[in-house]
Amino acid sequence: MLKIESLTKQFGGLTAVRDVTVSFEKGKINAIIGPNGAGKTTFFNLISGMHQPTSGRIVFKGIDVTRMRADQVARLGVARTFQTTHLFDKATVFDNLIVGHRLRTKSGFWDVMFNTKRLREEERACRKKAEEVLDFVGLSHAAHRLAADISQEERKRVAFALALATDPDIVLLDEPAGGVNPEETVGLAELIKKMVNHGLTVCLIEHKMDMIMGLADKIMVLDHGEKIAEGTPAEIRSNPVVIEAYLGSEHAAA
Amino acid sequence: MKYLQGKAGWAILLALALLFPLVAGNNYQLYVMSLAFIFAIATAGMNLITGYTGQLNLGHAGFMAIGAYTVGILTVTYEWPFWGAFAMSGVVAGIIGFFVGIVSLRLKEHFFAIFTLCVGFIIYLIIEKWDSVTGGTVGIIGIPGPAPIGPIEFNSAVSQYYLVVFFLVVSLWLMHRIVNSLLGRTFVAIRNSDDLAQALGINLMRNKTLSFVLSTIYAGVAGGLYAGYVRFLGPDLAGTHYTFDMITFLLVGGIGTLLGPVAGSLLVAWVTQYLQFLADYRMLVFGPLLVLLVIFFPHGIVGFYYKKRMEREMKKAAAAAQANRAQAVNKEAGNNA
Amino acid sequence: MELFFQLVLNGLTLGSVYGLVALGLTLVYGILHVPNFSHGALYMVGAYVAFFLMTDYGINYWVAILGAAAVVGVLGVLSERLVFHPLRDAPPIHDKIAAIGILLFLEAGVMAIWGADFRRMQTPYNEIVEIFGLTAPAQRLLIIVGAFVLVGALHLFLKKTILGSTIIAMAQNREGASLVGINATQVSMLTFFISGALAAVAAGLFAPINLVFPSMGHLVIMKAFVIIVLGGMGSIPGAIIGGLIIGFAESFAGFYISTHYKDLVAFLLLVVILSVRPEGLFTKGVR
Repeated sequence: MLKIESLTKQFGGLTAVRDVTVSFEKGKINAIIGPNGAGKTTFFNLISGMHQPTSGRIVFKGIDVTRMRADQVARLGVARTFQTTHLFDKATVFDNLIVGHRLRTKSGFWDVMFNTKRLREEERACRKKAEEVLDFVGLSHAAHRLAADISQEERKRVAFALALATDPDIVLLDEPAGGVNPEETVGLAELIKKMVNHGLTVCLIEHKMDMIMGLADKIMVLDHGEKIAEGTPAEIRSNPVVIEAYLGSEHAAA
Repeated sequence: MKYLQGKAGWAILLALALLFPLVAGNNYQLYVMSLAFIFAIATAGMNLITGYTGQLNLGHAGFMAIGAYTVGILTVTYEWPFWGAFAMSGVVAGIIGFFVGIVSLRLKEHFFAIFTLCVGFIIYLIIEKWDSVTGGTVGIIGIPGPAPIGPIEFNSAVSQYYLVVFFLVVSLWLMHRIVNSLLGRTFVAIRNSDDLAQALGINLMRNKTLSFVLSTIYAGVAGGLYAGYVRFLGPDLAGTHYTFDMITFLLVGGIGTLLGPVAGSLLVAWVTQYLQFLADYRMLVFGPLLVLLVIFFPHGIVGFYYKKRMEREMKKAAAAAQANRAQAVNKEAGNNA
Repeated sequence: MELFFQLVLNGLTLGSVYGLVALGLTLVYGILHVPNFSHGALYMVGAYVAFFLMTDYGINYWVAILGAAAVVGVLGVLSERLVFHPLRDAPPIHDKIAAIGILLFLEAGVMAIWGADFRRMQTPYNEIVEIFGLTAPAQRLLIIVGAFVLVGALHLFLKKTILGSTIIAMAQNREGASLVGINATQVSMLTFFISGALAAVAAGLFAPINLVFPSMGHLVIMKAFVIIVLGGMGSIPGAIIGGLIIGFAESFAGFYISTHYKDLVAFLLLVVILSVRPEGLFTKGVR
C-alpha cells in the first residue's frame, strides 16, 4: 500500500532521515520505534506531505506522491494525528469533528451564498460522519462537552476520530498513547485493532514497548535517521543492533 | 436572556436599528450612526480574515480606500452613475485583494502582517502621489450621493441612514451564511492550526485567498458607501489610523463573532462622541484600552457574552444529566426494594 | 564624482539610521518572536525627548541623546513588563495588537504633551566638512560614524561579555537558555532596553536632518520591518546589511528615478523579494 524508497531529508547540515526504504502492507499494523531524535516524526512529516524530501520516492496505492502537498496526500487517503493534539478548545467535541469530512466535499463560496442543495447535503454528510466516527471511538457520550474539558485519553480518541472522518486508507498515528496511563493505553490499543479490523492500515510511532509488542505486525527501527532493523516483534526484541541502539544511548549518558 | 438568542435576538436588533431615526435627536446622531455602520461593514470583512482565518491584515483600510476612490474617481472624473461606480468598488478592491493575497498569504503569520502593513502604506502613497488621478493630498470632492432607485430617493439623512442599514443587514446576513457553513468551519480550522487543517485535506492557499478576497470586497463596498455618504475623500482613508481603529472595534466587540464588529463599531463611535474633548488624544485612552482588552478580555464584549452563555448552558446540561442519573439510580433502588 | 559621492553619502546615512532601528527591532524579535509594532513610536519618543531636553533645559546635544536613550530604554522595559510579559502565552496576534495599542498611546501622549507641530531640531554640527576635496555635511558624517561605533560596541558587548552572550542564547533557544540558568526576565528587560536606546539614538542623530513630528516613526519603522524581513528576523548582520541595502537603494532610486516615489523603493523591494522567496533572503529555517 505504501512504499518508501531511499527517502532522505536534510535540513541544512543535519540529515534527519537518511536513505530509508520500507513498505507498509495493507491491513497491517506497522510500528516505528527508535530513540528520541531518531527522525520518526520527520519521517511521518515526509510521508504526509508536510515536508518535501531531499531525495527518494514515496508511492501510495501505486501513485507517486513524493512531491505532493499535505492536503493532496490527505485527499488520497493518508490521515495522520500529531504528537500534540490541536483541537479547537472553544468548541464542543462534536463541532470539532465536522470539518474532518470537509475534504470529501465540494461546496464552495457560491454554494454558501445560494444555500444550494449540494451544500445542505454535504453538511448533513459531515455531521453524520462526525457522529459515526465519534461512536466508533466510543465517545458519543462526550459529544457536547467542550474540547478543552476532556481528558488526555479522550483527546487522543478525538484525534483518532478526526483522522477517521477523512475516510482514509492508512492512518499515521504519532505517539497515540502519549501522556496516557497503562490502563487507558490498553483501551487505545484495542481501538487501533478495531480500526484495522474495519479495513484500515495503521502506522504508528510509539515509545511504549508493551503496546507495540502486543499490537504490531511489523516493526521498523530508526536510529539517527537510518533504518537499523525491520521485522516482527519477536525478531526485533532479540535483535542485538536494536538493543545496542537503545541501551547504547543509555551507556553514553552514564 | 433567552429571548435574545437566535432569530428573535436578531429581529430585535434590526427593529432597534430601524427605529433609531425616530429616537435620534438630530441629523448629526444619524450621521454618527451611519458612519459607524459603514465601518462595521468593513470591520466585519476584517473579522473574516483576522478573526475567523487568523491572519492579521494591517492594510485593511487601504482596501476600503480603494473602494472609496473607485467610486470617487468614476463618478467625478468619468461621470459614471453612482450605482455603477458602487458596484465596481467591491470588484476593484476584490481584484487587487486577489493579487495581494496570492503573494502574501504564502507568508507566515508575522511576515503577512508586515507585508500587509506595507501594502496599505503603498496604497496610501500611491493615492497621495498620483495627483492626476486621485487628486493627491487634496483628494476628491463633490462626489454625488446615491442615485434614486425607482421611486426611492436618498436625499435626506434618514433615507441615507436606511440605505446604510440595508447594506449592513445584507453584509451581516452573508457573513452569517459563510461563517456557519462548512466554509466557515474550514476557515476556523486554518486559524486553529495550519498543520492540522492541511492534514485534514484543506487547501491552505485556496481557502486563505478566498477569505482574504472576501474581506477586501467587504472593505471595498464599505469604502464605496463611505464615498457616497461623506461625499469627499482624502488619502488618509488608507492610513493605518483607520486600520487600527477597526482593530479596536474588533477587539472591543469580539473577534471571531458575528455581532462583534457591529457592537465594537457602535460602542467606540458613541464613546468617542462623548469623549469629544479628547479629540486627537482619544488614543491616550484607546491605546491602553486595547492593551488591557487584549490581555484580559481578548474575546471582547460579544465574545464574553457568548462565553458566559455557553458556560450557563454547560452547567444546565450537566445538572440535567446528573438529575437523570439520580432518577435512574432511584428507579433501580425502587425496583430492587 | 561629486554627485556620486553625495548619493553614496546619503545612502550610508539612511542605511545607518534604518540599520540602527532595524537592529533594535531584530533584537527584540529574538525575544518576543513577534514583530514589535510599537518600535516606531519608541523612535519618535526618543526624538522628542532629546529635542526637549535640548530646548527646554539647554542640555548639550550628545547628553540629550543619551538622556533620550535612557528614557526610551526604560519605556521599552516597561512595555515588556506590563504588556508583553503577561501575553507570553497568548496567540501571537494578541502581542501584535497590544504593540499597536502601545504605539497609539505613545503617539497620543506625545501629541498631548508637546502638540502636533513639526519641529526642527538644532544640532551643533551645522558646518560642512571637506574630505578629499569633496563636501559633506558634518551631521551626516556624524550619523554614519555614530552608527558604526554603536554597532561595533553592540557587537563587542554581545560577543565578548557574558551578559551579551545570554541575549544571544535566549534569542536562539528560550527554553534551553532558561534550563541552563539564564534569567529570562533579566535578559528580556535588557534586550528591550537596548532596543529602545538604539531607536532613540537613531532618532536623535537623524532628527536634525529631518523634522520632529508625531508620525515621524511611521515611515522609518516600516522600512525597518522590510529590513528585518529581508535580512532575517533575529539576525543582527541581516539588520545592518539590510539597512545599508535599503539606504543605498533609496538614495540612488530617489535621484535616478523619482524623489516623489522614493519611499516606495523599500516596499517594492519587499514585495518583489517575498514574492520570489517567501521565507526571506537570509533565513535558513526549517519551514
